[in-house]
Amino acid sequence: MTAAALRVAMLAVLLALVIRPHWFEPVFAPLAPAGGPVIYDRASLLSLSLNHLGLVLAASVTATLVAVGLAVLVTRPAGAAFRPLARSVANMGQTFPPVAVLALAVPSLGFGSGPTLVALFLYGLLPILENAITGLTNLPRATMEAARGIGLSRGQRLMRVEIPLALPVILTGIRLSVVIALGTATIGSTVAARTLGEVIIAGLLTSNTALVLQGGLIVGLFAVLIHDAMLQIETRLLRGGRI
Amino acid sequence: MIEIIGLTKTYDSVKAVDDVTLTVESGTITVIVGTSGSGKTTLLRMVNRLEEPTSGEVRINGASTQAVAPHILRRRIGYVIQGNGLFPHHTVARNIAAVPNLLNWPRDRIAARVDELLDLFSLDPDQYRDRYPADLSGGQQQRVGVARALASRPDLMLMDEPFGALDPIIRARAQDDLRRIQRKLGSTILLVTHDMEEAIRLADRIAVMDGGRLVQYDAPARIIAHPATGFVADMVGDVERPLRLLSLIPVSEVVTDGSADGAAISAEASLRDALSACLWTGRTAVPVERDGVRIGQVTLDAIRARAEFRA
Amino acid sequence: MRVPWHRAFSAPGVLFAGLGFAALLAPFMTIAANRIVAGDGIRAWDMAPDYATWPGLAAVLVGLLLGLPERLALVRLGGAVQGLCGLVLLLSIGGPALLEGAGTNARVSPALGFWCLLGIFLLLVADALVRMAPGPPARAGLLALAVGALAAVLGSGVLSDLSVLQEYASRREAFLAAAWRHLGLAFGSLALAAVIGFPLGILCHRAANLRAATLPVLSFLQTIPSLAMFGLMIPVLSWVGRTVPGAEAAGIAGIGFAPAFLALVLYALLPIVGNTVAGLAATPPAAREAARGMGMTPGQRLWRVELPLGLPVILTGLRIVLVQNIGLAVIAGLIGGGGFGTFVFQGLNQTATDLILLGALPTVALALTAALFMDILVDLTRPAQEARHD
Repeated sequence: MTAAALRVAMLAVLLALVIRPHWFEPVFAPLAPAGGPVIYDRASLLSLSLNHLGLVLAASVTATLVAVGLAVLVTRPAGAAFRPLARSVANMGQTFPPVAVLALAVPSLGFGSGPTLVALFLYGLLPILENAITGLTNLPRATMEAARGIGLSRGQRLMRVEIPLALPVILTGIRLSVVIALGTATIGSTVAARTLGEVIIAGLLTSNTALVLQGGLIVGLFAVLIHDAMLQIETRLLRGGRI
Repeated sequence: MIEIIGLTKTYDSVKAVDDVTLTVESGTITVIVGTSGSGKTTLLRMVNRLEEPTSGEVRINGASTQAVAPHILRRRIGYVIQGNGLFPHHTVARNIAAVPNLLNWPRDRIAARVDELLDLFSLDPDQYRDRYPADLSGGQQQRVGVARALASRPDLMLMDEPFGALDPIIRARAQDDLRRIQRKLGSTILLVTHDMEEAIRLADRIAVMDGGRLVQYDAPARIIAHPATGFVADMVGDVERPLRLLSLIPVSEVVTDGSADGAAISAEASLRDALSACLWTGRTAVPVERDGVRIGQVTLDAIRARAEFRA
Repeated sequence: MRVPWHRAFSAPGVLFAGLGFAALLAPFMTIAANRIVAGDGIRAWDMAPDYATWPGLAAVLVGLLLGLPERLALVRLGGAVQGLCGLVLLLSIGGPALLEGAGTNARVSPALGFWCLLGIFLLLVADALVRMAPGPPARAGLLALAVGALAAVLGSGVLSDLSVLQEYASRREAFLAAAWRHLGLAFGSLALAAVIGFPLGILCHRAANLRAATLPVLSFLQTIPSLAMFGLMIPVLSWVGRTVPGAEAAGIAGIGFAPAFLALVLYALLPIVGNTVAGLAATPPAAREAARGMGMTPGQRLWRVELPLGLPVILTGLRIVLVQNIGLAVIAGLIGGGGFGTFVFQGLNQTATDLILLGALPTVALALTAALFMDILVDLTRPAQEARHD
């Protein structure tokens, strides 16, 4: 019950911060330098939020589709030759720091939302790919034998048995990927993507702690609430006996 | 001598073990038999204080187990569990040396003891000393587990379903080994199992538990012949009672003069084995031999006479 | 034994050979009038007279072809290494040749073709090594060899014409300071987090209610985006700096090293505590019961049974933290905390690609080396149990 109350409270604070930032003027005022803005005013926080979430959503959806597709390919007999490679790419690729991936995207793609989207997509691919391969290869042998035994075709086995059984692991990968994407999108504002990181960066550049705190709170609340919501969906799916 | 006096364990007002009193003579095997939830494992774990009794007392050779700290007490009591519980990151030698190490024995004494135990369990020390448990078969792991429990010459061995993870053929051999080694060392053993067959095979005395209570504590032959309650009779299995009774009696007890034909049977074998040999080969008597020398025969009639219920 | 012809070829090898030939058609290097403007792409064979580029081109082409035979992993590995040597050779030939008569401010840099081929050969190395499955000591040797070779190539000066190394040459002092600061941030925060995290993990392992209270809080912290976390540390630490006597003198202030360090420590706690708990819980229940039954005290159980058995999982936690901290320490550059991030963000501000690379490439190399090193360490700690799981 307290957890639910906490969630509602955090969501309420978040919505207020984004839609009615001026309510918080008295809270942030002591932190702003004399003459500096207390509330970020160069763009509406709502539009920055929508932009931020839109980037993450677009990158995560494409990353999920591509990663699951690749994982299915390399777990079929025809693609098995690529499985060790896919595993090591997924594993080693994740050691590339997200910031570095973002920075390295700029020389080839220029500034703006483009490189951010590409970096989010590429980086988001890896945890999903890793988890999907793990999920699709560690299936209970008896169940797979039974699926073959009752005469399911390869396609039917994939859609009715393998993917549903691997779903919890895949969902965990997607959750990790989304959390990383939310954070990387924040840093995206250093390459001129219009995201909530802009508020924090503006605060850092002008030594305006009010803005830093404001941006940090909004981004932090978004991440925590989205992470929590995805976790809820995962447990709901698991408990619902769908898997 | 182990005295269990009025031992009771209560979990949330449910009595898992209810006022159990029994005495285990030194140098004997007592087997506690019961279904799951009968409280047999809880009773065993109260002896080395892995569970603290709600009331009652355990005395080992007259001294209360409450007189020393639990971990000191446990170092004097061997403990073997199902699935052996060997330390996967330690070699066989280090596993066996675990308790002597805790007791700070000198290094050469430990090494000598390890080799002695490996020999006792028919594991060549040079070959097995430095292996890891994962390199051993299930039966070998189980033997190392028992060797570990014996390492410090404990006053008492507690064994909780020690053969539960073994397949039937290896299990029979492990039971014979245990019996042999127990006779040789004169160890005192308290063993828990759900398998009446195993109990009859091993026990000097059997304690049958049901619903936390001790319902019968007696020699195997009397448990079979005179089950105290319907539950004990069920555990023994009505249909198999004569066979179980026969399995307790060695051929040497009923051997008579005569020279039956065909393959001989050992004098140490049970009457059950002799009956089986008769039926399988269609003979009315089989010759008996001891150390390769024929000493007489055992007849089907003699076997039948011992299997009949004598109230 | 005869093998069907299509089985004789490694599928990844065929793919990479195809991609590699395509990548050779892309510009291999660029030449620009100065460090800011975009450069013109030049193909590998146009960089210098034919006879000069042929050895390098041949090494690359043959290296790609050696990646083909399925059953000869050692040949594939050798081919990939040869290809990497060819790439270095091409850069060392192309650099001086392109700069000749191009003006004093002209800059040459590796271009798309080079980066693609570099990636392809590294993937070929990875694929061959996965097939060969060398043990930890062999992998340690290979890692040392690779780091040594990289150091030798960079130290020899054959690539000193490249723009990114020119940036390095003009900032040698700052680069070294940044490197030390980066390592200090990553390893220092790891050390402090370990000092806090291990005991906390052991306590959490013992006390279920502490675990239930601690892990969600740490996972909550882990979820907060890095820039927000670094930013949120600023007001906290500037308040500490102002109110706690002596704190300011000790260098604790709103911006700089302290908030970056603290943020990294907070991020590091979840993997350390979580993996310590998971590692200690990984002891087989029968082994734990046996340890208790034979009279080990809780301390003896921890040191003799639970910790040694949990070590691979605990070290995996350290690997996660180390890689994560090396990457996140880049953000410190945004709040005046120093490290390689300084170059990355300066480079982004000035749109100076080479400055970005000067910060990003060492970070990537450091993270990769740390990951490979920790993987070897993790594998070394679990020889005894291996047979059980396979």
